[in-house]
Amino acid sequence: MLAFTIRRIFEAAIVMLTVALMAFVLFRFVGDPVNQMVGQDTTLAEREELRERLGLNDPVIVQFGRFIWNAARYDFGISYQVKRPVTSLIAERFPATFELAVTAALFAVLLGIPMGVYTGIHRDSWLSKLFLSVSLIGISLPTFLIGILLIYVFAVQLGVLPSFGRGEVIRIGGWTTGFLTASGLKALILPAITLGLFQMTLVTRLVRSQMLEVLRTDYIKFARARGLSDRAVNFGHALKNTLIPVITIIGLQLGAIIAFAIITETVFQWPGMGLMFIQAVQNADIPVMSAYLMLVAFLFVLINLIVDLLYVWIDPRVRIYGREA
Amino acid sequence: MTETPALSVRNLRVEFPTRRGTLAAVDDVSFDIAPGEVLGIVGESGAGKSLTGTAIIGLLEPPGRVAGGEIRLNGQRIDNLSREAMRPIRGKRIGMVFQDPLTSLNPLYRVGEQIIETIRTHLPMTEREARARAIELLIEVGIQGAERRIDSYPHEFSGGMRQRVVLALALCAEPELIIADEPTTALDVSIQAQIIQLLKRLCRERGTAVMLITHDMGVIAETANRVAVMYAGRIAEIGPVREVIQSAHHPYTRGLMGAIPSIEGTGDRLTQIPGSMPRLTAIPKGCAFNPRCPHAFDRCRVERPDLMPVDHSLAACWLVAPVSAEPPR
Repeated sequence: MLAFTIRRIFEAAIVMLTVALMAFVLFRFVGDPVNQMVGQDTTLAEREELRERLGLNDPVIVQFGRFIWNAARYDFGISYQVKRPVTSLIAERFPATFELAVTAALFAVLLGIPMGVYTGIHRDSWLSKLFLSVSLIGISLPTFLIGILLIYVFAVQLGVLPSFGRGEVIRIGGWTTGFLTASGLKALILPAITLGLFQMTLVTRLVRSQMLEVLRTDYIKFARARGLSDRAVNFGHALKNTLIPVITIIGLQLGAIIAFAIITETVFQWPGMGLMFIQAVQNADIPVMSAYLMLVAFLFVLINLIVDLLYVWIDPRVRIYGREA
Repeated sequence: MTETPALSVRNLRVEFPTRRGTLAAVDDVSFDIAPGEVLGIVGESGAGKSLTGTAIIGLLEPPGRVAGGEIRLNGQRIDNLSREAMRPIRGKRIGMVFQDPLTSLNPLYRVGEQIIETIRTHLPMTEREARARAIELLIEVGIQGAERRIDSYPHEFSGGMRQRVVLALALCAEPELIIADEPTTALDVSIQAQIIQLLKRLCRERGTAVMLITHDMGVIAETANRVAVMYAGRIAEIGPVREVIQSAHHPYTRGLMGAIPSIEGTGDRLTQIPGSMPRLTAIPKGCAFNPRCPHAFDRCRVERPDLMPVDHSLAACWLVAPVSAEPPR
């Protein structure tokens, strides 16, 4: 188990190094950062001095090493645009994205799994068919369109929910939360649905197809022949066996939710990292972009690691392979 | 037999509606099994053996359904029970053993959890009592170190050991009937005999009736008291195992027996039955076996024989029909 964990962590470190290389290359691609930092009337000597001070005259490998060293200490430099440390920008923006992503993920899982189980068990009921038709819409409509439709219906026509922003937030230490105020919660509903709808339909369809497969297996037939209740068979025996692929997908999708909150945040002017990233792209704000890249990669790697460890917890057979590995 | 049979099946018919009409996969099947008796059911794949077993325990997959006949368990009719009324009978009064022990157990639960779950579904026991009983059962089916092994996962057992666990599961609520559907087919030959002996011993001790579905005549000869031979959804012959094996009345049964190699064999070629069993969509008129039967005559091609008594058996063949039984035309 320990060896398994260590191996996974080692693999994760390699992935992070690769991503760091890409994030670093970003800087090299967009040319001389000094040009963007100084005014028109700066002398060549001053430029040279700045270059020396920033370490831009060092060999590339040294610069890369310094980039990694700084990143490891959670230092991504100063934003070109707003002239503040990137990390403090992220710290401001992260809670908004995190709360949105968690709400969207909960929405997707808490609705998606029961709907998947239901449609898997009652294959031919009209409710299953309704769920599946609705999920088809969720899968095929692009996110921004869903967002705009929701705004049109609930904010413009019905006027019951806000169309943009986070509402009132409460500051707890360095964290701002919208969970504790009525307007914060209300503001969360539409973006969370927009962001989570695709994932929910994905979870529904995945759980459904897994259930259909598992329900055909011998051990389910045997469980029925043992006279276990439908509840025990469907939820105790069948659902647990569908969880491995479902957790994999949910894990990956959680990363995707955070990473691709960009569109939803733009539609709803949600003050999170996605919006920050879009603004950084528009202004060629490389430190922000590379920090965002590193952070998202880190989240993906972390989630994957957790998913791997969850496998071991769910499926005893993996423990053996883990031990041998 | 004066006592009530443990299982009594009368004119059972299982149908599958299809686009091309309704298929009768099991047609007019009747038999009894006395308490403590082992009835072997043999036949080729697709003869309707497993479907008969599945119909008895009430687990037919839709659209398959019991379309006629009666199933009685110790006198109580069970074929017309609702899903909810049938559930407590499964596992409690009818135990089932499936073909493949590798896939019969849920891989994610310890074997003990699965046994305890079943025991507690059917018997009013605490977790602790059920666990003690589960260990007893595992010892009884011959699992070494049962106190320890009860906390193992199915993948930590070999195939033969898993089938022992499956037996323990089938027996855990002391059922009146065990339906064993090809219980040894997936096992090594050396293990097969052990499992069969075990099944036989456990059921004899408990007086449990056994319906043993297999296509292995060796297993039948070893285990069964009586045997029913199925062909194309119907019983071709049913009788005491010795009589059926040594002096079969139905040409199909004789063909099956001729295909078994024997040690005393003098090197003769094994006889084989020409052709193959008809598909359900194309069962011939008259006796379903007539196109393959070496003794078929005109009557076999037009009129379907019912089971007729001969010696201690029943056989569905015009060859054994007494002349007086000829129906008027």
